[in-house]
Amino acid sequence: MNPLAQIGMVVRALFEEVGKLTVFTKNALFPGLVPPTYVRQILQQMLRIGYNSLPVVGLTAFFTGGVLALQIYIGGSRYNAESLVASIVALGITRELGPVLAGLMVAGRVSAAIAAELGTMRVTEQIDALITLSTNPYKYLVAPRLIAAVLTLPLLVMIADTIGIMGGYIVGTRSLGFNSGVYIKNTVDFLEFGDVFSGLVKSAVFGFIIALMGCYHGFNSRGGAQGVGRATTNAVVSASILILAANYVLTSLLFTE
Amino acid sequence: MSEDAHIALKDLHKSFGPKRVLNGLNVSVDKGHSLVVIGGSGTGKSVMLKCILGLLQPDAGSIKIGGQEVVGLTGPARDAVLSRFGMLFQGAALFDSLNVWQNVAFALIQGKKMAKAEAYNIARSKLEQVGLGPEVANLFPSELSGGMQKRVGLARAIAAEPEIIFFDEPTTGLDPIMADIINDLIVSCVRQLGATTITITHDMSSARKIADDIAMIYQGEIIWQGTAEEIEDSGNAHVNQFINGLADGPIQMDQSTA
Ligand SMILES: Nc1ncnc2c1ncn2[C@@H]1O[C@H](COP(=O)(O)OP(=O)(O)O)[C@@H](O)[C@H]1O
Ligand SMILES: [Mg+2]
Repeated sequence: MNPLAQIGMVVRALFEEVGKLTVFTKNALFPGLVPPTYVRQILQQMLRIGYNSLPVVGLTAFFTGGVLALQIYIGGSRYNAESLVASIVALGITRELGPVLAGLMVAGRVSAAIAAELGTMRVTEQIDALITLSTNPYKYLVAPRLIAAVLTLPLLVMIADTIGIMGGYIVGTRSLGFNSGVYIKNTVDFLEFGDVFSGLVKSAVFGFIIALMGCYHGFNSRGGAQGVGRATTNAVVSASILILAANYVLTSLLFTE
Repeated sequence: MSEDAHIALKDLHKSFGPKRVLNGLNVSVDKGHSLVVIGGSGTGKSVMLKCILGLLQPDAGSIKIGGQEVVGLTGPARDAVLSRFGMLFQGAALFDSLNVWQNVAFALIQGKKMAKAEAYNIARSKLEQVGLGPEVANLFPSELSGGMQKRVGLARAIAAEPEIIFFDEPTTGLDPIMADIINDLIVSCVRQLGATTITITHDMSSARKIADDIAMIYQGEIIWQGTAEEIEDSGNAHVNQFINGLADGPIQMDQSTA
């Protein structure tokens, strides 16, 4: 086939996908934010997205904080700058690693779960049934998941930040020989509100991406169990890539000094 | 086929990509009548119902409900039309996150904003109507047998007392006795509501039991329509082959879709 035609087809498919995603987002947000909202659904989803992700997010943050302390200590010792460990752990966790790693872990869990659930509802005609029972599936299924994820991810990241810094503290005081009081003082003195805030803003965006990818791929799945499997994989992969891309864009546009 | 038919489809077309599914389909149902649509698998029977409900958008043609054109309706106008319908899906399509009575009461609570207690009572009485006792009200769909799921689906379809009800293969996948029980329930529920119905099936005993009128769909068109009595000697070779279940005849099963 003509190579130009092939490039053209890929570009066209890309634009088509972006267009479909935009329409999907619009359909979810407009009726979704107009009352009455399904408060029960939102709370239920917050519990599923947030509470059930706590163990995996907590463990990730803990080990990341610990390993960060070790690496910074090794690097810092080459310049006699070991004392920076506490402050750089805090900065790295709150600005970058807390939101990004929590986002990626939750993307793996939650995007997949949402895509599988909505995908199954699609192929078993439950979404069609919702419509025939006078209920807008965007409002009933999609919007609560989007809202819940946007509200929940910052909460999860606050906890991840705390646990991550604690991981650094434990490694710092137990195996690197820092004085506990000095370590805490270094952390608190150095950290600014903006560092934490920027991480939380990012995480809200990541939450939106996670739920949107899960809902979009699940909602549009076709073709039985295989289609649901495909939707699940696509949801996780696209959510992860979009999180990393959005992280770069947000950091470079909003949170550089 | 009178001018004031309750449901009237005219020259309906629907394709998926290059695949033509509905190809100029015409059919109508009078108020309070029960139409059974028969035809092979994959001939577009479910697609026809989904076009009427607005779940799929037809490429061309007209769909009139009580004289009102419904193709292209959106928003509140579409909701108003949908509230006149009930539908029993092929796989029952019960919401697996909700228990049985919440499924049955769904249209009442979410659609009509009825109070929980009142909706619960209606759900209970609808369940009773389809032969299910109070002990199943709090079970989840995954805990039910196929026949019970169909019963719950039927109770959900009639809960809001719609004037039009669609049944998509209500007896497929059930044993013959359960199939007959479901047929009886459909007949009694429909009669009690006085609803207009379209039932899709390829089960002829079900068709004979439910139908006032029967229509046969073949290659995206209605090739024969008549009363339930007339079908026995329709004089149509396609119809004869189908109702007698013969491999030989004018209908060639497309190997790729069979
Ligand atoms: N949403 C869809 N997208 C693509 N093809 C579809 C869709 N729905 C139905 N079809 C195709 O249309 C044809 C008719 O389907 P259907 O109406 O479900 O058949 P049946 O008569 O058995 O109910 C099938 O070949 C099916 O693959
Ligand atoms: Mg079908």
